[in-house]
Amino acid sequence: MNAHESIAELRRGLLDKRYSAVELTEHCLAEIDTSASLNCFITVARDEAVAAAKAADAAIARGEAGPLTGVPLAHKDVFCTEGVRTTCGSRMLANFIAPYDATVVSKLAAAGAVCLGKTNMDEFAMGSSNETSWFGPARNPWDPERAPGGSSGGSAAAVSAGLVPCATGTDTGGSIRQPAAFCGVTGLKPTYGRVSRYGMVAFASSLDQGGAFARDADDVATLLKIMEGHDPRDSTSTDTGPTAFRGPEPMTIGLPAEYWDNLDAAMGARLEAATRELEAAGHALTTLSLPHTRAAVSAYYVIASAEASANLSRYDGVRFGYRAEASEDIDELYRRSRAEGFGAEVKRRILTGTYALSIGYYDAYYLQAQRVRRLIRQDFLDAFNRVDVIAAPVTPSVAFELGAVTDPVDMYRQDAFTIPASLSGLPAMSMPCGMLDRLPVGLQLIAPHFEEGRILNLAAQYQRRTDWHRRHPDISIDAGSRAEREGADAV
Amino acid sequence: MDRETLARLARLSQLELTPEEVGPALADLNRIVALIDEMRAIDTGDAAPLAHPLDTDQPLRDDIVTESVDRETYQEIAPATRDGFYLVPKVVE
Repeated sequence: MNAHESIAELRRGLLDKRYSAVELTEHCLAEIDTSASLNCFITVARDEAVAAAKAADAAIARGEAGPLTGVPLAHKDVFCTEGVRTTCGSRMLANFIAPYDATVVSKLAAAGAVCLGKTNMDEFAMGSSNETSWFGPARNPWDPERAPGGSSGGSAAAVSAGLVPCATGTDTGGSIRQPAAFCGVTGLKPTYGRVSRYGMVAFASSLDQGGAFARDADDVATLLKIMEGHDPRDSTSTDTGPTAFRGPEPMTIGLPAEYWDNLDAAMGARLEAATRELEAAGHALTTLSLPHTRAAVSAYYVIASAEASANLSRYDGVRFGYRAEASEDIDELYRRSRAEGFGAEVKRRILTGTYALSIGYYDAYYLQAQRVRRLIRQDFLDAFNRVDVIAAPVTPSVAFELGAVTDPVDMYRQDAFTIPASLSGLPAMSMPCGMLDRLPVGLQLIAPHFEEGRILNLAAQYQRRTDWHRRHPDISIDAGSRAEREGADAV
Repeated sequence: MDRETLARLARLSQLELTPEEVGPALADLNRIVALIDEMRAIDTGDAAPLAHPLDTDQPLRDDIVTESVDRETYQEIAPATRDGFYLVPKVVE
């Protein structure tokens, strides 16, 4: 029994009574303790987890197991959990205990999952390295000196390290796909509106989408089936019926030149090997162009920052969250609570958004960005007249070292390959497809709206032919002895 | 972006920057403005602004009561309350 096994394998172990849900939960909690230096969790919900595991064992004994009964999982700390604090990686919410569960949380609990705790993340999901977290960054289990990616870095790292078999995440501009690629796990951002945003702390409401990390595409599909569906509490969630987990056979896979040209040679070679494997599985490859790709990062930072500046106006030090002490008047209370409660990156985004929305700039920035957004989406719609799915890199490089990217704009450009699908509301995923310098490489698959079944199906086919998704870091050795061992290997 | 613009944006955003924060913030924001200026050069022709990625209408629910306000629960997480009110510094004399 270990959390490197798939959901399907763990479920079999539980139903065959090879181990109990309490034993599995306690095993995972012990792994979380042993790996505390990875800083994957902001809050470990030990007592709640053991109580839920006991209930799962009782359900199994009664023959009433649901699809996830007894399976441990972790929630990104952006999802509200009644009774367990939800910090969003911020000092602003460091003591916030939500009075209700997010829809994603209640759906997964109803399916029987055992929540072990809340995972580390960039503050308010703004970041690509986990370094903006008020609680310090989570670390990449493949090399603790490197970033796990962000913003859902704690979730990706926890699955990669085998602390949990699966975890939730959210993706606004790449916050599921990029950490999935950096940590070597499978991660899906569903179509905008596929999963309810109710109880998910808002960053950019026209982009935010909940999704999942797991060992492989089949497990992600299992989670999506439970998480998806219209929610009367989120009027932007759609009612399009359940995901069909299949696609046309064979598929035509488009390779956009704007993503593949100028890639680092070694990175490009790993990714091309993955597309050739898909070709060997019977699918056709074709190149295509998405001409407005280069404007995506620029337009995204207008739209996401504008929406963030509006969404984060709710933090006022009055109704919930951090409050600065001893303010003289109400404006000082607002200003100082926000100045002390928010970190530097969050302030930059609020100021950028306020700039883009202010009088004299609104047309030139906000409306122009929305026009560019339409062109970027139209590029994809045109492409999907010719191809069934699109394959692309997730990141320009493998996981970088913590502290290596200090300029905010350099950090923003890390998401150049994930942002276009976000602006277009398209489902997109990352699957492990190779190693470079002992670090994982991820391939991105993008599908038309509501066709996440196509890319999950394609990824499952790839994963039946390869074993990249089954590789995991050896976290029993620390960085020092790892370097020593590598030195010994070289001799 | 100059210091004056930054001060105005901070005021509009109800944020306070310390004197030490102003310099680095200004440098960062000017680089970000250069980034967001890139997309201004795109010829968008007659493309209409896209606010919602699915370009669909939002469904309306039936106008029936579904939630009730539980003041005590909601105020448990407030920094300061008394007798069901939120406490703030004096607003009117």
